[in-house]
Amino acid sequence: MNVQDKPASGNRAASPGGTYSGDHALQHEEPLIFERGRTDVSGVDIPDVEIGPRHLAGLERVGEIGIPGLSEPEAIRHYVRLSQLNAAIDTGFYPLGSCTMKHNPRLGEKVARFAGFADVHPLQPQRTVQGALALIAELARWLKELTGMPAVAMTPRAGAHGELCGIIAIRAALENRGDKRPIILVPESAHGTNPATAALCGFSVKSIKATGEGRVDLASLTQALSSQVAALMLTNPNTSGLFERDMIAIADALHAAGAYFYCDGANFNAIMGRVKPGDLGVDAMHINLHKTFSTPHGGGGPGAGPVVFSERLAPFAPLPLLVEDDRGFRLIEDSREAQPASPFGRMAAFHGQMGMFVRALAYMMSHGRDGLRQASGDAVLSANYILASLKDVISAPYDGSCMHEALFDDTFLKGTSITTLDVAKRLIDEGFHPMTVYFPLTVHGAMLVEPTESESKRTLDRFIAVMRGLAAEAISGDPAGFKQAPVFAPRRRLDETAAARNPVLRWKP
Amino acid sequence: MDEIRFTESHEWLRMENGIATVGISRYAAEQLGDVVHIELPVPGKTLEKGAEAAVVESVKAASEIYAPVSGEVTAANRDLATGLGRISTEPEEAWLFRIRMSNPSEAERLMTRDQYRDYLKGL
Repeated sequence: MNVQDKPASGNRAASPGGTYSGDHALQHEEPLIFERGRTDVSGVDIPDVEIGPRHLAGLERVGEIGIPGLSEPEAIRHYVRLSQLNAAIDTGFYPLGSCTMKHNPRLGEKVARFAGFADVHPLQPQRTVQGALALIAELARWLKELTGMPAVAMTPRAGAHGELCGIIAIRAALENRGDKRPIILVPESAHGTNPATAALCGFSVKSIKATGEGRVDLASLTQALSSQVAALMLTNPNTSGLFERDMIAIADALHAAGAYFYCDGANFNAIMGRVKPGDLGVDAMHINLHKTFSTPHGGGGPGAGPVVFSERLAPFAPLPLLVEDDRGFRLIEDSREAQPASPFGRMAAFHGQMGMFVRALAYMMSHGRDGLRQASGDAVLSANYILASLKDVISAPYDGSCMHEALFDDTFLKGTSITTLDVAKRLIDEGFHPMTVYFPLTVHGAMLVEPTESESKRTLDRFIAVMRGLAAEAISGDPAGFKQAPVFAPRRRLDETAAARNPVLRWKP
Repeated sequence: MDEIRFTESHEWLRMENGIATVGISRYAAEQLGDVVHIELPVPGKTLEKGAEAAVVESVKAASEIYAPVSGEVTAANRDLATGLGRISTEPEEAWLFRIRMSNPSEAERLMTRDQYRDYLKGL
């Protein structure tokens, strides 16, 4: 189909608010690129090529390739328009809990474009990229210093990939001592990626109960420990926005039972510069550079999830290893060269997400040690400001203050027929990206709000005023404004159930 | 006589000739919201009471369904895949799987409808 050359619909203008083009002012209806471009033409002039004898053993393509031909301005407009349809941290407050949607400083964007970082190739001779290697080494030093851990694997591509790296290292360490342990313990409130990672590595998952105040139940944990347990995977602060206070006791119990302690670093933004996981007895932890260290994500990615290791796991860290000697920096890419360490393999083809490394180090160096400490403090302050400003009208499941995210439940909606999902949809009408909903699973109708340190008090006050307005409207007895929301979004409320039951994953002509 | 029994994890179970038919309770269906995907056990599989038997995924979350009794899976309700809405509209008819009970006394310890109603009040 080629909508570009189709005559504009004549009857559109007849309907109220209609236009001949289907667009509204400069808000464009953007079709798929396959619908926009014709596949029988090319957007660029390519000289005919003489093709000599074929050596493809009959595997040549016979049909059309089906790629649409667009001119450069058409292609540019297509992708720019798509980018304008995206809700992003650059366009509005984005309080998605557990995702740390903080501002992406333009300083990071500037330095990531320096030719010495942006225009290098991973297969270049190492002596020609000494600056880039020095930057990776410097970032590694910061990460080890901030976490109090002696080793770091830089290559994992994101949080879940980091978890995979950490758990494979734990499996390698167990194999190395000839210890078969089939179970990994995961608290009820864990990120879904934790049990998924354990299962992917061949472990069975056993869930650990939470206490009434939303923390890991130390008694349940110690009861579950045995010579069958390989590790515990724990997020701190946890997904209820609470600091796990028994970390050292947990670490001691695990180590006494011969198990390892994996910490999910997704919420490191709450404790950065204040708490060193190494001091708490953690053996491995991934760090989401795209959360804590401000590199873009949520469509602007890619992510990067380096993993720090304790002394006990450091020998199993994956290749490549970055070392410095009198000739400069050098990457060890072969396990024989790594001895006496025994790397478990590698996590990625090359050396990691270079562009994200540059941005993360820029964030660290521009803040400094004291600035990072203040950033985590401000993130916690912002969340507590929201919690304190709303908890008289929106129910909170746990008493007391929170860490960097404020958790609410749906008790305040009881008897209104309005659900957490309706509140989230209504927030879209109000111009906010909704908070995380129905997570953690341990809290009924959960709403998890993470403002981060980058929002001004003015932004937080606007959000609080809107939420207070919504809470008052919700209990007033008229649910219509919620049930139909979002009414101002171009596609109104999407049918999530139909989308999940009958997903259309591929464009077909 | 209503032979239905309930578990604390919100499965229901009906018994006939040593075979238990298992589904999820109305309460569980309401909590989950619209179901979008299910994973059912393969007939012939032996399950211990409390073992993960199936997965019900809704727009909110994926939830494990546990075997309320021990035994061998004799059937899985494949027809549900094309009528997932039935889990919400008629949860006590939309059965998931059947188990040939290896220890029928396990079922006697489950809750009756009245007991389950009281149990829900306490949640």
